[in-house]
Amino acid sequence: MGNFYTSTDHFALMPALVLALFGCAGLFFRRISGVAMLLAGELFTGIALWRQLQAGTINAFNGGLVIDGLGLFFNFLFVAAAAITGLISYRYLDIEDEHHPEFYGLLMLAQCGMFFLATGTDLVTLFTGLELMSVTFYVLVGFLRESRRSNEAALKYLLLGAFSSGILAYGLSLFYGLTGTTKLAPMAQALAAIDVTHPAVLLALITTAAGLFFKISAAPFHMWAPDVYEGAPTPVTAYLSVASKAAAFALLLRLFLGPLAPLRDSWQPVVTVVAILSLTIGNLAAVTQSNIKRLLAYSSISHAGYILLGIAAGNETGLRGALLYTLVYTLMNLGAFLVLVAMRRQNLPGETLEDFSGLMRRSPVYAVLMLLFLLSLAGIPPTAGFVAKAYLFLALVEAHQYVLAVIGTVYVAVSLYYYFRIVRAMFAGDAKPEAPLAISWGIGVSTVFTALATLGLGLWPEPLFQWVKGVTR
Amino acid sequence: MTGLSLTTIGLGHYLALSAALMLIGTVGVLTRRNVVVILMSVELILNAVNINLIAFSKHLGQLHGQVFAIFVIAVAVAEAAVGLGILIALYRNKGTVNADEVDLLKW
Repeated sequence: MGNFYTSTDHFALMPALVLALFGCAGLFFRRISGVAMLLAGELFTGIALWRQLQAGTINAFNGGLVIDGLGLFFNFLFVAAAAITGLISYRYLDIEDEHHPEFYGLLMLAQCGMFFLATGTDLVTLFTGLELMSVTFYVLVGFLRESRRSNEAALKYLLLGAFSSGILAYGLSLFYGLTGTTKLAPMAQALAAIDVTHPAVLLALITTAAGLFFKISAAPFHMWAPDVYEGAPTPVTAYLSVASKAAAFALLLRLFLGPLAPLRDSWQPVVTVVAILSLTIGNLAAVTQSNIKRLLAYSSISHAGYILLGIAAGNETGLRGALLYTLVYTLMNLGAFLVLVAMRRQNLPGETLEDFSGLMRRSPVYAVLMLLFLLSLAGIPPTAGFVAKAYLFLALVEAHQYVLAVIGTVYVAVSLYYYFRIVRAMFAGDAKPEAPLAISWGIGVSTVFTALATLGLGLWPEPLFQWVKGVTR
Repeated sequence: MTGLSLTTIGLGHYLALSAALMLIGTVGVLTRRNVVVILMSVELILNAVNINLIAFSKHLGQLHGQVFAIFVIAVAVAEAAVGLGILIALYRNKGTVNADEVDLLKW
């Protein structure tokens, strides 16, 4: 026992401490000081993560927390997502007239939960981190107290989220009972030694997997996503669709590639089927949507399917492809939501396809940027989305999963159809005389960042390849 | 003269109880329409988890499971508090706690 809380533990925990501190302080600030608080918190978190990056892999809390390349990769992604969400929320909350001080603090507290999801190596840490993130998101989704849609979305998210957390916890409790440990590394050894076709093992695997698939909104556990994405405040939808999904993927990778790796023969077919189902349901349901938030919700279900394809490929390239795709998806999806946030003006929700009609004539810069983000989401060169999809398909071909590669490519064509419905409305639709877009400096800065990243990583992806290679080594 | 043979209550009984609670909770979430009852069903599921954890902890002779159970209890409380808060906000705007009438967004 001896040292209860060593300096290594403290160093490993630093980003979470900063986030918790600034998050709690942020609960008392609103409007511009809230944004400043958030940006300061993200800056210090970034510095703490950067110092950990220099230090290499750190094992802390007797194997309860590990700071490795994978955890840091996801945490840098969360920092970017939270900072951008904070920057774009200011004007939106003004228009909704819901400027309560808790907003920016809650963003950081949710990120604190994500930190533990990406770095935890103990079931207790992981479960608590997951719940910290989820419970905070229930509040954020229902943040527009006067809006019935927001209330409903929060209620649906809460009921289904709590249900899925319960299922996941049941699976985790069974794994604890089967292996006698809550730490992931000894659990992997114990699971490698026991009969993996025992019904109890399969029950534990099924319940754990169902809970995880729910959190990443993969079909057939996706029913909550369109409703919640539509009803939540748009900046929260943006944050939810990228950061919470990435955090749940981090948890999925930690569990499936860690202790559950010996059970690969059992879960690989399940992951493949869920990936194909997500691609099918996400893409086909998106075709008929006229609300852009709903459309992007279904498209995010299909993107979850693409990331799962990388895990289903089962090789090193597949894992790299999944990580690459998660990062690129974060940037391009945030970009698309940025434009959607700017579309929200006084007395105008700006969420339907008609609202995008003739955007090219009213505000050409944002129309072209939206085109860029949609091209990237569809996976057309020279954007980052193309690079990510190409990498994934390469992994599938390497693993001789030709059928999956073909299915993935076919659904790219389907997704082109619904993304181009927005493009056609923007460029060919009639311009209605409407108020100009609500563009604040925060939205401007964030759009420039996401657009440059989406285009830059498409033209020059080499640094990203190197980073992802380093993470999976 | 030991005519009575008392079967000791072992791990299997606790796991059966927990599985039953889990099943009742799941059926409750899927079939009941009152939001408060759905929240209660979720609590049943989390308590099934707790029984599992405590039973395994006792069986294995360690404390890990009990620590986990305490965290699960804390999480369940936080979820219930936030859930009821959201429910009150919805009730003020809409005047119902019936999940079927929460239909502004398509399910």
